[in-house]
Amino acid sequence: MLLSFILIPFVTALLLLFIKNDKSANTVAIVSTLGTLVAALVVAGNGAVDFNAPWIPVLNAQFLLHADGLAKILVLLTAISFPAIIIATSQNQPKQKNIFLSLLLFTQSGLMGVFLAGDALLFYFFWELALIPVYFLSSIWGGEKRIAVTFKFFIYTFLGSLMMLIGIIFVYMHTSDQSFLIQSFAKANLTGGQQVTAFALFFIAFAIKMPIFPLHTWQPDAYEQSPSAVTMVMSAVMVKMGLYGILRWLLPLFPTAFMAHINVVVILSVIGILYASFIAIRQDDIKRLIAYSSIAHIGLMNAAIFSHLQIGIQGAMVQLFSHGINVLGLWIIADIIEQQTGNRSMQQMGGLAKKQPTLAILLVGFALANIALPLTNAFVGEFLMFNSLFQYNVWVGAAAGVSIILAAIYTLNMVQKIAYGEVSTSINQMQTINKPAQIVLIVLLIIVFVTGVFPQPLFDLTADSLQQIIVK
Amino acid sequence: MNAIIVSAFFGVVMMFASWSIKGENKQKNIALIGLFLLFLANLAQLNGWYVVDVDTKNMLSFSRFGLYTNTLFYCLTFIYIWINGEEISKIGNHAADFYALFFFMLCGASILTSFDNLLMLFIGIEILSIPLYILTGSDKKSLFSNEAAIKYFLMGSFSTGILLLGITFIYGATGSFNLIPPDPSILNEQFMFSAGLILIFAAMNFKVSAAPFHFWTPDVYDGAPTVFTSFMATIAKSAGFIAFINIYLVQYKPFEKTWGIILPLVIVSTLMVGNVTAVFQRSVKRMLTYSSIAQAGFMLFALYGTSNFANEGILLYIVVYSLASIGIFAVLVKMKENSFEAFHGLAKSHPLLAFLTTVFLCSLAGIPITGGFFAKYYMINAVLVAGAGIWLVVVAMIFASISVYYYFKLIQAMYFIPGTPAIGELDKTYTYKLAVIAILIVVLGVFPNLLFNYLYF
Repeated sequence: MLLSFILIPFVTALLLLFIKNDKSANTVAIVSTLGTLVAALVVAGNGAVDFNAPWIPVLNAQFLLHADGLAKILVLLTAISFPAIIIATSQNQPKQKNIFLSLLLFTQSGLMGVFLAGDALLFYFFWELALIPVYFLSSIWGGEKRIAVTFKFFIYTFLGSLMMLIGIIFVYMHTSDQSFLIQSFAKANLTGGQQVTAFALFFIAFAIKMPIFPLHTWQPDAYEQSPSAVTMVMSAVMVKMGLYGILRWLLPLFPTAFMAHINVVVILSVIGILYASFIAIRQDDIKRLIAYSSIAHIGLMNAAIFSHLQIGIQGAMVQLFSHGINVLGLWIIADIIEQQTGNRSMQQMGGLAKKQPTLAILLVGFALANIALPLTNAFVGEFLMFNSLFQYNVWVGAAAGVSIILAAIYTLNMVQKIAYGEVSTSINQMQTINKPAQIVLIVLLIIVFVTGVFPQPLFDLTADSLQQIIVK
Repeated sequence: MNAIIVSAFFGVVMMFASWSIKGENKQKNIALIGLFLLFLANLAQLNGWYVVDVDTKNMLSFSRFGLYTNTLFYCLTFIYIWINGEEISKIGNHAADFYALFFFMLCGASILTSFDNLLMLFIGIEILSIPLYILTGSDKKSLFSNEAAIKYFLMGSFSTGILLLGITFIYGATGSFNLIPPDPSILNEQFMFSAGLILIFAAMNFKVSAAPFHFWTPDVYDGAPTVFTSFMATIAKSAGFIAFINIYLVQYKPFEKTWGIILPLVIVSTLMVGNVTAVFQRSVKRMLTYSSIAQAGFMLFALYGTSNFANEGILLYIVVYSLASIGIFAVLVKMKENSFEAFHGLAKSHPLLAFLTTVFLCSLAGIPITGGFFAKYYMINAVLVAGAGIWLVVVAMIFASISVYYYFKLIQAMYFIPGTPAIGELDKTYTYKLAVIAILIVVLGVFPNLLFNYLYF
């Protein structure tokens, strides 16, 4: 069953290379991703499941896939995001669409592997495999400055993952049974100093991926220049790889080193939150605004995890899912506007509510979720996370809390500039209503409010992982 | 022993073939058959069957590792000639002469995998080097080729002089040419012995183009005809590494105090010179020569080995790096010029070729599911197991991520920049041959153990 998460997208991706017709390629991709979604829902309903096969006997590496709560919630997020993205962008016409979709599905396969791998070497494999298709996607179909920007992104993350590779080998050497399994890693005989080394090597990879201040410089450019579908993948799912890595690998494996670095990381995260929020206020480009807002939200999740309290980690796990849904909604709206007006500058917008009321309502809905207002899904997670940050340190909690106000400023400002006021010339160009995208947005908005009012299923889903992480 | 005799024999056969057999295709086929027989002869010895059993007075000893390495060299050369045969015959008037040289070089390489005596080391290195000088200058009408050959010859002779001096010192200290590590207590001249070790170390570094003895490499690799650069940078260089390991890892490991101090310096400077200079190259061929220096830096990690990781790792590295380099040089041969601009738009006009080139580049950069990843993996593991310090690995990995910059610059040129590629005639089978290499690389990238199964059975 678990193998299907990797195989369905992978096989479809190979298939798509031979389907030259844009329409049928799109249909095949949608059917395949919906199939994955069904599988994800089935797996989410079951208990923890495993798949195991020998892989490289010389190194004692195994092809072990393991789905506990943390993995399931991210698999679910991935499984929801991809059909949503493909349907919502199905009216975009990139050249050679079949190859575009194929690479997108390769990415999905890699991402699923990252979230499911229970073997460190396998994890590293998928970690890289998720990256490479994105490099090609952004470099071929991206904006004007795509090549340089994507290159920066690629080298940044590649450097990070090489450091993680050293870390993996380093821990592997110290395992008693010479194995890459996460259980063996957890039992590795590392002295305090060695733990710190391994911690640092892993952390660089995760910090670049998230990204944490001051390693974030690749992100706004990459989000801005990538084609919309790829930006959505990166922002909704890929950045979660870093947080997932911390929850799955960093915290349980190197608890001593983790405890020793709490303060540094929390402070860096809080600086990042404020810094990104202030920059977001000054942005005029919708995509850049969402990018910086995303840095702030990810920073908050990271800070909450590093506060090392149960509620913080619980909140972060739920927020992994919620943030993915919210940001996806915002990106889809930004994409619709950009596709139809050819413009991303908020200065030149206004009057969306008059021109396309449905879209404006949806925009407001996701904007509220971005501010984490009660009744939206983000509120649940952020409440828990702020709560834990306050318990960790009042001043840190207060500083991070400012970001709620800042989020309200930039988000509402964006809504005001886009939706209200006189109908501007660029908004006036929006003639057609993008039906598939609106359906996707409505579904996502329903998820936002349902999980906002009734978040218990998400808590239940992640409960078992929480126990494991905290017990350690 | 079989391999040394058979390869020398076929060298002579090919020399005669150059005038007795007309037709370059025939000559190529004879060379391939010769390689196959060579492979069989070596396989026979692996299984304990000798063509001629000569008493070498302990000057040569045939370990399983050495014989297996021979097998790999022959297979790589087979692939190399199979792909490049046509291009080889375009250079000079007698293709068979070049095949003869290849056989002589393989003879030298076979000695280098099995020597147990410093004199045999010297002979092996010379047998390997002299054909290389000739190959470098084989494009007689090109001034660059001539210049490269004379440079290589002068510098190479100089380094051979250093090698001989080192051997002499060791002979003076131990009273024997044999590579049996002397008992430190009976050493009457500790200083002389150390000096000898260091001198040989320097000379070997020259042969494998490690900094600061790398200065000949860019000019020579650049000046030589591209088909031959491919051979020089892969199989010839790898033979040097095997010799290097044979001396320092197998025999003189106890004296690590002397040469072990210089090793990290050599590695870091090699990585730095190779990777940083490659970034600024405008010609793909020159970029690849610097990348070859950089890769040598990684291969030097094998000298840290105390574990199987070093032995297995260097074999994997040699095979994967050679395959990828043979592949990428084979693409380069077909280009009309060596600049990055020549590759613009290649993905549009030749999608399969561009994809294969991408696989080769990814392998060189060490990206998973290509063999290059596991090659680097084994090297890192070898160093960490030997306890050489994690800083060295971190530095190496930083340089590895720099290497992505210049490898991917070529991918960018092919895929993202529109234009018309300056590519010559290309028939389908040629691309399919390259596809075979790419498949091998990917297979080794997923199941690297396939290569080692035969090392121990």
